[in-house]
Amino acid sequence: MKYVDEFRHGETGKRLLDRIARVSKKPARLMEFCGGHTVAIFKYGIRQLLPPHIEMLSGPGCPVCVTATADLDRVIALSQQPGVIITSFGDLLRVPSSRSSLQQARAEGSDIRIVYSTLDALDIARKNPDKKVVFIGIGFETTAPGIAASIIQAKKEKLKNYYVMSLHKLTPPVTRALLDSGETKLDGIIAPGHVSAIIGAEAWRFLPEEYGIAFAISGFEPLDVLYCINRLIDQIESGQPKLETAYSRVVRPEGNPTALKLMYDVFDVAPSNWRGIGIMPGSGLAIKPELATFDADKVFDINVGEPALEPAGCLCGEVIRGITTPTECKLFAKSCTPEHPVGPCMVSSEGTCAAYYHFGGSLD
Amino acid sequence: MSHDLVCKSLVQRLSNPTLDKMDDSAILELNGRTAFTTDSYVVSPIFFPGGDIGRLAVCGTVNDLAMSGASPLYLGLSLIIEEGLPFAELDKIIASVLKAAAEAGVKVVTGDTKVVNQGTADKLFINTSGLGVIPDGVNISGANAVPGDKVIISGTIGDHGMAIMSQREGLRFTIPIESDCAPLNSLVADMLAASANIHSLRDPTRGGLATTLNELADQSSVGIDLEEELIPINEAVRAACELLGFDPLYVANEGKLIAIVAPADAEAVLGAMRKNAYGGGSVIIGEVTDKHPGRVNMKTLLGASRIVDMLSGELLPRIC
Repeated sequence: MKYVDEFRHGETGKRLLDRIARVSKKPARLMEFCGGHTVAIFKYGIRQLLPPHIEMLSGPGCPVCVTATADLDRVIALSQQPGVIITSFGDLLRVPSSRSSLQQARAEGSDIRIVYSTLDALDIARKNPDKKVVFIGIGFETTAPGIAASIIQAKKEKLKNYYVMSLHKLTPPVTRALLDSGETKLDGIIAPGHVSAIIGAEAWRFLPEEYGIAFAISGFEPLDVLYCINRLIDQIESGQPKLETAYSRVVRPEGNPTALKLMYDVFDVAPSNWRGIGIMPGSGLAIKPELATFDADKVFDINVGEPALEPAGCLCGEVIRGITTPTECKLFAKSCTPEHPVGPCMVSSEGTCAAYYHFGGSLD
Repeated sequence: MSHDLVCKSLVQRLSNPTLDKMDDSAILELNGRTAFTTDSYVVSPIFFPGGDIGRLAVCGTVNDLAMSGASPLYLGLSLIIEEGLPFAELDKIIASVLKAAAEAGVKVVTGDTKVVNQGTADKLFINTSGLGVIPDGVNISGANAVPGDKVIISGTIGDHGMAIMSQREGLRFTIPIESDCAPLNSLVADMLAASANIHSLRDPTRGGLATTLNELADQSSVGIDLEEELIPINEAVRAACELLGFDPLYVANEGKLIAIVAPADAEAVLGAMRKNAYGGGSVIIGEVTDKHPGRVNMKTLLGASRIVDMLSGELLPRIC
């Protein structure tokens, strides 16, 4: 496959690994922010090929995993209102909330549909004028512009039955918060490729300059990740952290201005509730007041009734913050498995616990 | 669509001496060890690139018999038809049942049709049962794999599953991927003629190659080591999987088999497979080991080793 196989070439990968082993002397703790990177690292077995003094941590970059239980409770409550069709991306369906999951709500009669894109959700709204179609907007700066575009399209078509619940999260603020908390000490960050394609590399300048952390943006193929680690190791060894893009075929310094404009035409920066972290100011996106007729939070009276409950013993919050690894959780691979997940990190294909479960374990 | 009309037309189309007697049961003479299997087919959409539910219902059951080393002989065919299914569509499906049965050399000797109210079935459900006879000396089972055996796949993986996905409503995704849906009994016959040391055969349907290999590893209490770069995947299937976030190792096949063969006979079996119309792409993808019993490991393109787990839950699309 063109433009993919080149980035999976085994021999080139081995050369990049050799270089890391040769150049890297200092102990290094690197965090991959993005769930897509976690999966690539596990799928190709990159951790076991790195020198032992390079430690890899997984970060909060899985949209499903950082969705707060309280928000999920609200989605389920909304799905039980008469005439409502909930549309969402697939992974969200199986995440356990306080008392149920969307999958269970669906089995009990709620109309919940998986879509691949907001275009499908708009189509469902057009075909069901007597229903209220709500799209659950989760994810980071990557999914937000497409969801913004759907609101603009709905406005253009004068669709009266399409709504979005915006649970979007912004990545630079949470990265700052993780570092400020002091819970995790990092030497370098494998920065998110697709998020950076939207917001631009420049949005991250604070990391090397204010925090003195090695920084490189990575793509999602194994050679992208290995090349990125090479960039980080060079910065760490020279003691000169800087802003680097190891994914220049996709990421520009200024990002994607069209996508950014769409996003900020529709959303305002707002506080957001993160699983395991809590409500953080300026870390989410809310629909602008002038588009309130599309805002599910404004249009519907959503009453959950009971406070949110986190599953007992689940360490997803700590895993998301990079302070615990999945195997340190007592539930991991025992009462919490992909078949019967307790926490979101075991559900999502990009969840850290799921990656450990599927690809990790003890290899002899 | 009247029930009688359907019945009459079906019997006429499927005609053979056993079926034509129209008694309550088909009366058959079987000699030797007999394999018996049944499966229900509820695929949606009922027509897809490379096949339809009729071809699938014949091939699926024929293949289940063939994977036990049996020569498939007879099929039972039961149709549950949703009221309103256009007659022309049913007709097309029966034609493909006939075509697949003729290709596999099996006869439909008993059957049933029910027409149910709209909304109580989805267009058409088919159940097929199959009978076959196992030749003397053939002993094939998922429990027979032993360390040192070679693992062979009969061609590219993931074609059926991605053909269905690309067709399914709402995906808006059309690239030319065809289902591999095919009867594999002639391939198995050719393989058995080439070697008496075929230990296990399995068709990697739901859950794909990864799940089936895990089942075999578990059943035989052995480990399996795969090499990622040896696993054949059609370019279009790979591209579709990349786009949609699927792992081809877990995508269903309907015209492929996995063979676990004693190492000394592996080349002879491969040679026989490659001469068959449905085995042209056969390759060795790994081997059986006494290490890590019950588990499948894979050497990745970078030379690391990772676990290949069973499929858990539905295959769901990724979100970003």
